[in-house]
Amino acid sequence: MTLHYPAPGASPASIQITREGRLKHFLTIEGLNRALITEILDTAESFASMNDQSVKKVPLLRGKTVINLFFEASTRTRTTFELAAKRLSADVLNINIGQSSAVKGESLLDTLRNLEAMYCDMFIVRHADSGASQFIAHHVAPHISVLNAGDGRHAHPTQAMLDMFTIRRHKGDFTKLRVAIVGDILHSRVARSQIHALNILNTGEVRVIAPKTLLPAEVEKLGVHVFHDLEQGLRDVDVVIMLRLQKERMQGALLPSEHEYFQLYGLTEERLKVAAPDAIVMHPGPANRGVEISSRVADGPRSVILEQVTNGIAVRMAIMSMVMGANPGGAA
Amino acid sequence: MIPKVDTLLDHMTGALTDLIRERGLEDPLMVGIHTGGVWVARELHRRLGLPGRLGELDISFYRDDFSRIGMHPQVKPSNLPFSLDDAHIILVDDVLYTGRTIRAAMNELFDFGRPASITLAVLVERGGRELPIEAQVVGARLDPGPQEQIKLSGPEPLELTLVRTEDTA
Repeated sequence: MTLHYPAPGASPASIQITREGRLKHFLTIEGLNRALITEILDTAESFASMNDQSVKKVPLLRGKTVINLFFEASTRTRTTFELAAKRLSADVLNINIGQSSAVKGESLLDTLRNLEAMYCDMFIVRHADSGASQFIAHHVAPHISVLNAGDGRHAHPTQAMLDMFTIRRHKGDFTKLRVAIVGDILHSRVARSQIHALNILNTGEVRVIAPKTLLPAEVEKLGVHVFHDLEQGLRDVDVVIMLRLQKERMQGALLPSEHEYFQLYGLTEERLKVAAPDAIVMHPGPANRGVEISSRVADGPRSVILEQVTNGIAVRMAIMSMVMGANPGGAA
Repeated sequence: MIPKVDTLLDHMTGALTDLIRERGLEDPLMVGIHTGGVWVARELHRRLGLPGRLGELDISFYRDDFSRIGMHPQVKPSNLPFSLDDAHIILVDDVLYTGRTIRAAMNELFDFGRPASITLAVLVERGGRELPIEAQVVGARLDPGPQEQIKLSGPEPLELTLVRTEDTA
């Protein structure tokens, strides 16, 4: 079966799809179609079944070299990418480039050229600047694939995919679902990628719940219903996605205090009662307990937060093997 | 002349019954290779009245042509609902040709455990082996032209056809 994806053009997504319609880089959810997103989820489902194997490793990326290029701190994302690469039998190198050293323009290209000279095949990039992984994808040698592990406020597409995978495993059909994303939408690359993915999958209703100061301008244009009141927004939802209050990105007085934020937007067992009785609670981590979510909810029976972490491995294995498979005859 | 699948299955059932008895294979576990092999295995499993559940194997992650053709777009989960350690495995596929699929399947099986033995049963075999792999139970041997492919369609009804290679996408 040959799948056809949108033709190349000026859109940021075009660079990530080859002319044959295969995934070459994974930079953003925007511009992907439902067939491709479903293919990623299906492939991830197969990798998840690998957990039954006594040898939890497949030889797919044997001989490939993956470089975790992190310009910004991360534990969960980096380690699950590393584990995913290792379970695919790739060799992995972790390079952490200090957040303080503003790596831009020529010096970033210098770094890339040096890494390319070591015959690597894939860059996993996290960077504080929006568009950084796209910039890198534009400038790398043709056989290299770039995966965005979070760029500024722009996108965190593998997180969104593992969230879709977790939702699909619990709820199945997206068209009947009400999904609420709660909290700091303004600074959240996770929320942006989730909203795109949920819309592409035809989710019944996508809500965002936040104070006006934590919402981007014209957020409605992303195809969401906006609520400023937590209890109204949570009514009858099937999935609650809590976001981390990004304290380190917060400049100026967007919030009165963490305590007051919890009073208004913190998820507690009491508030969760208005959601659907089988609603699940998600959080991309790390959670600020007592700020956006109470410990009782985070550790409670509705929480699928640790499942999200586990699912991140299978989803990242799927995306890594799909982009490497798009390089027939690449770096031999 | 393309044989009827039903006739081949009858023949294989008889051959497998003899083989299980002769070799003293206790409680054999059957594993089919996606997609055609699972269809054939389902039939054999039923006809032989094997007690355990049927295992299903998708060998996409173990293929040797991944770096040339990339990921198969419709990979399915492998599902082996039993322990392979010290078990007698009957591995089932639809067509045995180069032997590369069976090589990949055996590698995958060994990542699940260490079986006591593996027996290979195929609905059809054709010439063109590229690896030293042979089946112990064969429904029929066919020798189509070099431009032709043997294709099993199913699951209901199971039917063998010859397809010209240019026609297959």
